Amino acid sequence: MTVFNVYLSGVGGQGIGLISEVMQRSVDHAGIKALGVDTHGLAQRGGIVASQLRIGDNIHSPMVSRGKADLVVALERHEAVRAAGEYLKKNGTLVYYNTSWQPLPVRMKKAEEIKTAQVAEFCQGNGFRLIEVFQSDLPDPRMQNMALLAAICKNNLLAGVRKEHYIAAMRDLMSGKMLEANLGLFERLLLV
Amino acid sequence: MKNLGEMLLQREAFSEIVMGNTAIVRAMIEAGTRVITSYPGSPTPEIASAIAAIKKEDRPFYFEFSTNEKVATEVAYGAAINGHLSTVFFKSVGLNVASDTFVQLNLMNLTGGMVVVLGDDPGANSSQNEQDNRHFARMSYTPIFEPANPTEVYHFYKAAAALAQQLHIPVILRLTTHVCHAKEKVAFAAWQPAVFDKTPRFDVNNGPYMPLTSLVFPMKRRALQNLSQIASMSEKVGQHHRVNNQNRQKAIITFGLPYLSLLDVLEESGGKPDILKLGMIYPLPVALLEEFLRSHEEVLVLEELDDLIEGEVKRIAFEKQIKVKIHGKTDVESWVGEYTADKVAGILRNLWPEMAAAAPASLAAPLPVPARPAQMCPGCGHRSAFHAIKQALAPADIKVADIGCHTLGFMPPYNMGEMLMCMGASTGIAAGLSLFNDSRRVVCFLGDSTFFHAGIPGIINALFNRHNITLIVMENGTTAMTGHQDHAATGRNFNDLTEKIPVRSVLEGLGIKHIFEVDTYQQQKLTDAVKEAVAVEGFAVVIAKHPCMLKLMREQRRKDGFQARMVSIDKKTCDHQHVCVSNFACPTFILNPDGSVDVNPDLCIGDGSCLQTCPSKAINRPQNREGNKE
Repeated sequence: MTVFNVYLSGVGGQGIGLISEVMQRSVDHAGIKALGVDTHGLAQRGGIVASQLRIGDNIHSPMVSRGKADLVVALERHEAVRAAGEYLKKNGTLVYYNTSWQPLPVRMKKAEEIKTAQVAEFCQGNGFRLIEVFQSDLPDPRMQNMALLAAICKNNLLAGVRKEHYIAAMRDLMSGKMLEANLGLFERLLLV
Repeated sequence: MKNLGEMLLQREAFSEIVMGNTAIVRAMIEAGTRVITSYPGSPTPEIASAIAAIKKEDRPFYFEFSTNEKVATEVAYGAAINGHLSTVFFKSVGLNVASDTFVQLNLMNLTGGMVVVLGDDPGANSSQNEQDNRHFARMSYTPIFEPANPTEVYHFYKAAAALAQQLHIPVILRLTTHVCHAKEKVAFAAWQPAVFDKTPRFDVNNGPYMPLTSLVFPMKRRALQNLSQIASMSEKVGQHHRVNNQNRQKAIITFGLPYLSLLDVLEESGGKPDILKLGMIYPLPVALLEEFLRSHEEVLVLEELDDLIEGEVKRIAFEKQIKVKIHGKTDVESWVGEYTADKVAGILRNLWPEMAAAAPASLAAPLPVPARPAQMCPGCGHRSAFHAIKQALAPADIKVADIGCHTLGFMPPYNMGEMLMCMGASTGIAAGLSLFNDSRRVVCFLGDSTFFHAGIPGIINALFNRHNITLIVMENGTTAMTGHQDHAATGRNFNDLTEKIPVRSVLEGLGIKHIFEVDTYQQQKLTDAVKEAVAVEGFAVVIAKHPCMLKLMREQRRKDGFQARMVSIDKKTCDHQHVCVSNFACPTFILNPDGSVDVNPDLCIGDGSCLQTCPSKAINRPQNREGNKE
C-alpha cells in the first residue's frame, strides 16, 4: 500500500500517548506495518506534545516530514491549527477535539485566542478537510482522546482499520474500569 | 491488557510493538546482564519504566537508580570487575557527570564486560545542549554501536554485550532521542534463563586496577591494542549494512536514525546512491571504508552533529591516496539539529538535487498561532513559590536557575531564573556572582533530586568559603521532570522502602545556621521567609516545599471514593484585575474577550492555591465536581 502519514498533536496532559499507541496497534491488528514515535520529557509539562505515526510498507523513519501528513489528529484547537499548518498536505484531513487550553501569551494578553470559526476558515483556505469533534457529556475530560478515536474510526480515516481492530488495540493497552469506561464511550459514539 | 513485565520475561520467541527503550530491556535479559544502574534523564528513563514493569522478585538482574551518573557508572564498574555483565544508562549530559570514572574504564580489565548506554539528544529535545558523545569515545578508546530503530537497539545491545564480554572492555551503545522513543514491531528471540553464578570473582591478578604513574602505560597500551583489534574485527562484528544500487558515481556513508531519514527521502525522490550504513561507528572498519571509497567517484558522509566520521574518512582517503571526492559538512547549519528527512532532503538538494525529495509547499492561507511554552502544571507548588518569591526580591536581584521542573520559573510572568548551566551548578555560580557585589542580592534555586545529585559540593563551598547568597531548595519530594523517580529523601528506592535522608537534616548536619522551611502554598509566609533569608549576611537556605501535584493527583485518582474538585470565579466580585490569569498564571484560568475570567474544567485540580492570589477575593473555594466521582 502507499504511505499514509499521521501527525498527532496536543498539550502535555491530554492523553496523546494513549491515542497514538491505540492507533498504531489498531493498524498492526489490521495487518498493516506501522511506525510511531512520541514526545517524552520536558515538553510534557503543559507544552506542545506530538506523536507521529507512519503507515505502509515503504516507510523507514517514524518521523513525518513537514507538509506531508495525510491526517492530522489534534486534541486542542490551537494545536490543531499549528500542527495542520506545519504538517498537513493539501487535501489532507484535520480531525480535532474542540477544546481550548489557552496558551500563556493569550492569558497574558499578548495574543488572541483562536476561535472555532477561524479553524474552519483556515481549513477552507488551505484545502484541508475538517472534522471537528466535541462531546458535551464526557464523564471525564481525560476521555476526549477516546471521542477523537471514535471519530477516526467512524469516518474511516485509517483505511483498512476497522472497529474490531481499534477495540483489540484498546484491550492491549487498558484493563479494568478504565477499559470499561473508554470502550463504553467508544462504542456509544460509533452509534451516534 | 498486555502485561509488559511478563512479556519481557517470556521464554518463547515473540513479536511485539515496543519502543527502543523497551526493546533494550529484553536484550539485557537475553544477554544475561546482571547489574544495571542509571540516573534518570530524558531520553532514557523509560528503560527503567520497562524494568519496573517486571516484578522485583522476577527480575533476572539487579537495578538501581543511583544518586548521579558518576555513582551509577561506578556501581556498574564494581559489578563488572566482580565478573558480572553490567550496564549503566543515562542521558547525553549525564556523561559529563560520569566522565571522571568513565574515561578510566578502558584502562581496566572488566572481567564481566560492561555496556554504557548513552541517550544523546540531537535536536536538544530535552537537554541543555546537543553534545555529541562520540568525542568521549575517542578520548577513552571505547567502541560505539549506534542503532537506527528499536529492532537494531535490541540486536546491537546484544552485539555490544558480546564484544564487552569477549574483550573485557566497556562498549558504548549510543541511542538518540527518536531511536529511544520510536515504536515498531520487534521480533524477539527465545530466552532460556541461565543459572546465576553469584561468586564474587574480583581478583587483583586480573588487573592492574591501580592506574598510578608508570602503571598507567601498560594499561593504556592494552586499551589501544584492544581498539585496533576491534577495528580489524569491525567488518565482521560491526553490524554494517550495505545498499548496493550499482551506482559507481554517487555513494553515501551514514549511520543511525539519519540512515532512515535518507531512505525516506530516496523513496520519494527515486534516487539510487550506493549506501554504506555503519553499525559500529567507532573504531571504523578501515578496509571496508577504503574499498567503498575506491569504488565510487563521489561519497557523501551524512553525519548528524559533529564531523568525526568525515574526518576519519578523509584521513583514510588521504593516507591510501584514493581519488574520490568526499562531501561532508558545508556550513554551520549542517552541525546543528536532528537529521530528519526534511534536514537530509535539504542537504541533498544542495549537493545532488535529483536525489532530494520535494520541499513542502507553503500554506495558501496561514493562521498564526500563539506560542505555547511549557508550563508548570495546575496546582504546582513551584508556581506558588515563584509567585511568592517574586514579591520578596527587587528586580535587579540576580536569580540563578538550576535543572528540574522549576527551571520553568524563568519564563514570564515569573522571570525567576536568568541563567542555567547544568545539574547542581546554581550555588557555585551564585557564589561567583556575589563577589564584590554589595548592591544586588543573589538567589539560586535547586531541586531536591539535584540536591543529592550534584548540589551538595556547591552548598558546602558556599558555607566553607562564607559566600553571601540565598539558596532556595524547591522540594517537591520526587524527581518530577523525568517521570517521578524516587530520590534519597523520599523514603523509597527503586526496589524497597528505605530510610529517608531529609534535605533539612543534611543542611543542619553541615551546620547551616539560617534555614527557613515553608510550604509554598503559604505564599505570604514564603515571601516573608525569603525577605528574611536575603537579609542574612552570609549563606541562608529556604526550603520551599510542596509535593508534586501531578504525582499526588495521579495517586489520589486511583483511590476509591476520590472526589474531583475545582474552583470557580465569583463573577459579581471579580473586578478583572487578572492576577490569577496573568500574574499567578495558572493554566486553568481562561481570559475571555470581555475581560471576564473562567476556570477550565479540563485543567483545574481543585487545589485552591490560587485563592490567596486574588486581591478581590473573587475565587470561590474548590467545590466537588458533579458526576465526576470515580
